[in-house]
Amino acid sequence: MYDLLVILIPVFPLLAVLINGLAGHRYSHHVAYRLACGSVGLSFLCSVAVFATTLRTGITREVVAYTWIFGGDLVVNLAFLIDPLTCVMLLVVTGVGLLIHLYSIGYMHGEEGFTRFFTYMNLFMVSMLLLVMGNNYLVLFIGWEGVGLCSYLLIGYYYDRVSAAKAATKAFVMNRIGDAGFLLAIFLVFVNFGTLDYTEVFARAGELSTATATAIALCLLIGAVGKSAQVPLYTWLPDAMEGPTPVSALIHAATMVTAGVYMIVRNHAIFDMAPVAMTTVAWVGGITALFAATIGLVQNDIKRVLAYSTVSQLGYMFLACGIGAYTAAIFHLMTHAFFKALLFLAAGSVIHALSGEQDIRKMGGLKARIPMTHALFLVGTLAIAGIFPLAGFWSKDEIMAHAFTHGHYALYAMAVLGALLTSFYMFRLTYLTFYGQSRVEPHVAGHIHESPGIMIKPLLVLAVLSVIGGFPGVPPEEGWFHHFLDPVTVGVLSGAAHQGATHPIVLLMVVATVIALAGWGLAHFLYSARPEAASQWAARAPAAYRTLFNKYYIDEAYDAAFVEPAKRVGRIWDWFDRTVIDGLVRGVGGMTQGGSALSTWMEKYIIYGSINVLGYANHLTARSWRRLQTGMVHHYAAIIVAGLFILLHLILLW
Amino acid sequence: MPDLNVQTSGFPWLSVIVFLPLLGAVLLFFVRETSSRWIALIISLADFALTLPLWSRFDPSTARMQFHEHVPWITSPSINYSLGVDGISFPLVLLTTFLIPLCVLASWRSIKTRINEFMAVLLVMECAMLGVFVALDFVLFYVFWEIMLIPMYLIIGVWGGPNRLYAAVKFFLYTLVGSVLLFIAILVLFFQGGHTFDILRLTQVDFDPVVQHWIFWAFFIAFAVKVPMFPFHTWLPDAHVEAPTAGSVVLASVLLKMGAYGFIRFMLPMLPEATATFTPMMVALSLVAILYGAYMALAQADLKKLIAYSSVSHMGFVTLGIFALNTQGIEGAIMQMVNHGITTGALFLCVGALYERTHSRMIADNAGLAGPMPRFATLLVIFALSSLGLPGTNSFVGEFLILIGTFLWSKAVAVIASLGIILAAVYLLRMVQHVAYGVPTEESAGHLTDLNAREMATFAPLVVLVFWIGLFPNPLLTLMHTSVDQVIAQAAPRSPVLTHQQSPTSHRVFSTVSRKPREKRDTQNRPVAPLALVPQTPNDE
Repeated sequence: MYDLLVILIPVFPLLAVLINGLAGHRYSHHVAYRLACGSVGLSFLCSVAVFATTLRTGITREVVAYTWIFGGDLVVNLAFLIDPLTCVMLLVVTGVGLLIHLYSIGYMHGEEGFTRFFTYMNLFMVSMLLLVMGNNYLVLFIGWEGVGLCSYLLIGYYYDRVSAAKAATKAFVMNRIGDAGFLLAIFLVFVNFGTLDYTEVFARAGELSTATATAIALCLLIGAVGKSAQVPLYTWLPDAMEGPTPVSALIHAATMVTAGVYMIVRNHAIFDMAPVAMTTVAWVGGITALFAATIGLVQNDIKRVLAYSTVSQLGYMFLACGIGAYTAAIFHLMTHAFFKALLFLAAGSVIHALSGEQDIRKMGGLKARIPMTHALFLVGTLAIAGIFPLAGFWSKDEIMAHAFTHGHYALYAMAVLGALLTSFYMFRLTYLTFYGQSRVEPHVAGHIHESPGIMIKPLLVLAVLSVIGGFPGVPPEEGWFHHFLDPVTVGVLSGAAHQGATHPIVLLMVVATVIALAGWGLAHFLYSARPEAASQWAARAPAAYRTLFNKYYIDEAYDAAFVEPAKRVGRIWDWFDRTVIDGLVRGVGGMTQGGSALSTWMEKYIIYGSINVLGYANHLTARSWRRLQTGMVHHYAAIIVAGLFILLHLILLW
Repeated sequence: MPDLNVQTSGFPWLSVIVFLPLLGAVLLFFVRETSSRWIALIISLADFALTLPLWSRFDPSTARMQFHEHVPWITSPSINYSLGVDGISFPLVLLTTFLIPLCVLASWRSIKTRINEFMAVLLVMECAMLGVFVALDFVLFYVFWEIMLIPMYLIIGVWGGPNRLYAAVKFFLYTLVGSVLLFIAILVLFFQGGHTFDILRLTQVDFDPVVQHWIFWAFFIAFAVKVPMFPFHTWLPDAHVEAPTAGSVVLASVLLKMGAYGFIRFMLPMLPEATATFTPMMVALSLVAILYGAYMALAQADLKKLIAYSSVSHMGFVTLGIFALNTQGIEGAIMQMVNHGITTGALFLCVGALYERTHSRMIADNAGLAGPMPRFATLLVIFALSSLGLPGTNSFVGEFLILIGTFLWSKAVAVIASLGIILAAVYLLRMVQHVAYGVPTEESAGHLTDLNAREMATFAPLVVLVFWIGLFPNPLLTLMHTSVDQVIAQAAPRSPVLTHQQSPTSHRVFSTVSRKPREKRDTQNRPVAPLALVPQTPNDE
């Protein structure tokens, strides 16, 4: 019964995909969305039941559906692992997923391809559930590439937009680079353990040499970097905002992009064996957190600012993983899912109100027009900025505190600076969108309207979660959340995490709050108190501003360094193929033809020639003799007479 | 010889399956043009239906040849009509009989002249291809191998595009060169192997390593042209571009498998020492094919050329898997042969359907089709994703097994090969991006019609297979296990003569994967023991 419950979690949305995908054109949108949302709702209920059972019994369970691949001594089951980590992920994925599905009913209303949208969204749920539920690397990998596929399909949802198609391809290809690294990690695991099942691999992870563990961990990291949009494979995520806003909320903020974090935490037994890899993870995270935040400072597209903020927040999670604060990483993953989904959906509500406008330079003063959306967005901003006691405060502070108390001062400094920037750009976004003078274009201004209830209600739930979502993790490192995840996350390094170092933690909380308030204050000064100051500051350092505005020219650099050379290689090889290789073939053909021409010539002039010479000689002789045969009787008679004379002459005279 | 490694069956299944299409071809000359399509469809479907009971009767627990038939043909020298299938050839037989009905359907409207003849030629082609897979006598094999060329030559040369004669002649000459070398190799095997053409018996002979080297080169060229391996591939794009849709499908789906089949069936078991010596070369050429094909595909403006070069890349994976010489590699290679048949065949069908509508195969002329042709766009995306090896689709299983087999052989090679899967995503999604997304061109916008019922019927079985093999590959993999294990056992060098030519690490090539690394090292250090040759009882496995 319990096993069935587990298997049903991904099966419900799968059924919805099949029904809506194959027969969706036969019935109305109402049936399609009921089916889609209902299936996710059922998954959510099953997840809650599974979570409750795990909470009660504390038992880790594996459920095998069937044997998938069996070749040589490689046996891979399609099987699920239910442990506290999976439970947390399940609740986040199905819970936030359900809310976003409900929101989408209102947001996507009237769009062409409404059913297609929900089919893709459900397919995404299936993949994401496989990803977090799999009990081995290959099931994780199906989900891993599956969510990449859905991301691809949904970014390119507006298929007639060339920019959307390009962004979709870019996202998939960059993910593929990561996936190739992930595949190599899977191979390494198989070579070293002879199995791909987590339980056995993690139980025997201690047997690994440091070098092997580092190799596996770094390959996994490549995969995680691609999926979670970390430096250097982050540039696809801002472009992914071409997709509809619910997609950005679900896939590109709350769930899929956190898969890399989940994967690292899941594999912490291997990462714990590889200090070099851990340091790399931490620095990748730290650099990304800061780097993306700086770009986010000056962007003007509401969704892109949020996208860079997502990249930055994912950086915090990586940083947490890298310093062994796995529970904190998952904690931040959860709270981030709440407030970032809230922010994206509220942004969607703004865009909806403004008939599709995304440029914050053409917003402003919306507080009065769409007060509900404003309030919700503000809650999200307060949460992500780390204002006490909202969700983001607890999770972000825990990561920073862990870095400080474990002596990673450089990383701590980066995280604090990142937090300052986060607070600043989020309040900048809020001020520019909702406060000050309205810069809305006149033809749009008339149509501004608050979003319908089906969009607002899910946001209310998310807003509540953004406020209270941090409390399971209080007090830091000793909260209920930590004890629940202990069976999964306590390892060699993190085992020592639970020691009460309370004094600096309170102090660090104060520092974090001051930082967050400072960012708010700065944003208030620049974008509310003295609106003209912002452009003055930008004008004072034009080079820096341009660099940030153009995202450090990374896209251009990648184009020049990878895309163009690849195209060039293709063209050169194409030329090579047509001229050299095919040329060789044609050369051989030509030689054969030449040879045959030569032998034809020989045949014609030498062999036939010699025969012809003989024949011609014959012919000549014959021609001279031919004259004798004229066919005229008197000639013959004359010859006979002449012959007689000659004969007589010879006989008589001899 | 009593110990022939075979199992017989009461009914001559294989003969019926092989020659039913030929019968159909003869029949087609006596019917009216209007009914020829239906007759070809019925015959090919019947042939497919006949292979299905074989699947349930096929015994996967033995590596023996099954459904064996043996009739003396010529007594001196002893040439026999000898047929049989095992776990290596059976999936390919299934693939062939499965695809021909789809080819008939795909030619329903696109072939407009000499329909009877076209269908007849297609069925002759099927007969020859099936014969190649089931022949157990080298002369018989060679006869089918050569017959195969003629219908393909005609399909390209008669029903092909504007430049068809050039392509047909190029195809014919290329493969003929290989065939001649193959024939010489067969003769050498005959004289060196105790005056027999029996393929099973020849796999038991220990050929002199020097002889093996010479035969290797002949085999190599013969099969490498068919695969095609770099640098013998340039006939392929021309042939594909000029061939009609059904021709492209047969060519890509089945004909290209002949070479890889030859490697597994003949080269590995008969020439183990030479194989061991030349494995690095084969692996290197496979890697070149993977990357070269991918980059070439990236540069193409013609859809058919793009898919043709992607075939070069994908077949590079197949040969890579074969020469990894371990269970995962070879099973993956056979899987991938079937998968490539399904997926690439389907992609050519897509291009065919497109060409019938827009009369252009150029990517630039076919843009924004998701709007006017949603079904077509969906199918194109599905097959492109299958081709790039998305988990859950068929190709992933094959590629994964190949890569894991390769990884066991050499980590560096596997790393380079996995670049191929990144590039596959690049060139296939670039194609999808241009063809499916965006807005349609001016000319095509108005009159494009989506796929009709017949076309959907052609694609539906392929879509089902893409996901079925992707999610439940075991029924296919189970067929192969014992046969593949036997090939691996046979491919282990029997005489220690040439071992000094190998680097110390190359022994690991032949060690099967063991569960723990420590045990594996033991296997590697074990001296190369002469393996039991055959007969193998089923219980050996």
